[in-house]
Amino acid sequence: MSTPYTKLPAWADYGLIPLINLSVAFIVAGFVVMLVGENPFRAAVILVDGAFGKGTGIAFTLFYATTFIFTGLSVAVAAHCSLFNIGTEGQAYIGGLGIALVCLSLDSVLPWWAIFPIAIVAAAAFGALWGLIPAYLQAKRGSHIVITTIMFNFIAASVMVYLLVGALKPAGSQAPQTRNFLAGAELPKLNWIIELFGAKIRSAPLNICFLLALVMAFLVWLLIWRTRLGYEMRTYGHSPKAARYAGISETRIIITAMMISGALAGMMALNPVMGDQHNVAIDFVSGAGYVGIAVALMGRLHPVGIVLAAILFGMLYQGGAELAFEMPAISRDMIVIIQGLVILFAGALEHMFRPYIQALFASVSPKSVGMQAVNGKGA
Amino acid sequence: MDMFNAIIQVLDSTIRLSVPLLLACLAGLYSERAGIFDIGLEGKMLVGAFAGASAAAVFHSALIGLGTAVLISVAFALVHGFASITHRGNQIVSGVAINFIAAGSTIILGQAWFQQGGRTPALQPAERFEAIIWPGAEAIKDVPIIGPIYAELISGHSILVYFAFAMVPFTWWVLFRTRFGLRMRAVGENPAAVDTAGISVAWLRYRALICTGILTGVAGAYLSMVQNGGFVKDMTAGKGYIALAALIFAKWKPVNAMFACLLFGFLDAAAIRLQGSPLPIIGKVPVQFMQALPYVLTVILLAGFIGKAIPPRAGGVPYVKER
Repeated sequence: MSTPYTKLPAWADYGLIPLINLSVAFIVAGFVVMLVGENPFRAAVILVDGAFGKGTGIAFTLFYATTFIFTGLSVAVAAHCSLFNIGTEGQAYIGGLGIALVCLSLDSVLPWWAIFPIAIVAAAAFGALWGLIPAYLQAKRGSHIVITTIMFNFIAASVMVYLLVGALKPAGSQAPQTRNFLAGAELPKLNWIIELFGAKIRSAPLNICFLLALVMAFLVWLLIWRTRLGYEMRTYGHSPKAARYAGISETRIIITAMMISGALAGMMALNPVMGDQHNVAIDFVSGAGYVGIAVALMGRLHPVGIVLAAILFGMLYQGGAELAFEMPAISRDMIVIIQGLVILFAGALEHMFRPYIQALFASVSPKSVGMQAVNGKGA
Repeated sequence: MDMFNAIIQVLDSTIRLSVPLLLACLAGLYSERAGIFDIGLEGKMLVGAFAGASAAAVFHSALIGLGTAVLISVAFALVHGFASITHRGNQIVSGVAINFIAAGSTIILGQAWFQQGGRTPALQPAERFEAIIWPGAEAIKDVPIIGPIYAELISGHSILVYFAFAMVPFTWWVLFRTRFGLRMRAVGENPAAVDTAGISVAWLRYRALICTGILTGVAGAYLSMVQNGGFVKDMTAGKGYIALAALIFAKWKPVNAMFACLLFGFLDAAAIRLQGSPLPIIGKVPVQFMQALPYVLTVILLAGFIGKAIPPRAGGVPYVKER
């Protein structure tokens, strides 16, 4: 996306500005805490301590972060192609369906290391398929991808509710969820890694999916910056006209990008379903797809940034749960506000402070912003 | 006769259920016609509902409730404007942000202020908008056919219902018969031309967003002060998105918007009424299918299989003045 602004040094662009935006988001969140009648500084201390103070906290933080790495990568891959995939939520939900089908039919015959790869493929395939239809409609019929993916989130929710109160529910059960998986579909925990560092863990759901998420982050980096396909996606994202001129097929690139995005979203379901709950329940995604938007924006669409942002959000989720114990006035919904503020300040208002910082840089050293005349361009 | 009464009842709840959709849909029409995508209808409705119910409960007045709902909703619309007009941010990102802030803050503040698990106190009759019984409704009630239609369908709704339907011709008039409407449509199609004519693009778009805020505020107030006697968390439950779907379905036209909202409202009413009981010919229809139908229809429409939905041309693109 073109911006009518001049350049800043890279460290300011990728470090300083996101940091300022993030700080403003947290300052505003602090005001909300004050409005509720609590001390924001004490809240912040409890939050950080809850997330990183104990081994169990760290494990939970990384467990949540795993989920957000997947959804953040999903949003980012599409965004590199200038497609706004709001459908991560629905794609992850349908990915859960793929996992359920694999686990329910194979968990009594195969061990986890045999089921896991099959489940990965199934989750990715189902998620990709749910991304395919909006992608096709965007590429071939020009339907706006934002609207179609929102619609597909709702359709996915209806489909899953229909299946979970019907075909997938074991006979005689009241709860709208599948039966619990057998040991064959339970992923090994990773808590021993944290215990290596001497921390004690009671029980936390951190599992092998965390490693899968890191591998995926690396693969996404490889895809976007080191392959021809990634180059084509970025070209299309930067200027569809230039891409067309260069002979890049619009249909192919949109559909490929959205299917990769959908596949990453679908894989997110592995973490809660096979790593923690061991069943597929109604609304198990519970907004993680939308968190992915905040994570991708905050991570500036770069896998390293996304992993860091995901850990930050994992911290908010885990610390937020602790916070709800200590300060009853602040429930976990506080995170939803913070998430919204992050999206607002790091996403929609990302250029708000830019002119000021530019002016500051220009007054200190005009060369650093590539300007000869200091008053060359206003905001 | 039973059949007829059942139909009247379904149509009556169709009207009640389509009012919030209609208000939100018209709200979206103002901003989208001015070239600002608004994913944040849902959030603005939600804060409207919360602010309305809270103020009505605290000040014991339905009117103060409505006023507060509109005020807060407009404030959120202005945040959207600040991000997407003044700072030329991504309009969809900004809308998503507003939805989150609304969803979180209504629960947090509701819990902090009223301590009822995110609910606001139950509203007394004086704090709500009561049904208006039209003259003669009681007398004519037992006349066959006309009686129930007049007494149930036309009479006996709250003032906000009539307001919502009155907004349809009013919006049409504003859009197609006033200078403001002409300029607003122009700014959604070709802002550069409007700018060349010496009219401020930003101010026009801000005004359109204020209209959006007012209508989403009323929609929210309807949810928490008419349909329900108080605010319940997440009470919009995706209505903002259905309204968005209806807006596309209506091809950004006010009268079409009314029919689209009535259709979606009818699907909702029918789903509630049927609750899994079998239909003639088709057989049993799952509730989830009826709930998903508005979204499916919108996707099919967007795909261009039922006519073509062409959005305002400058929609979603921040306006940058040529230098």
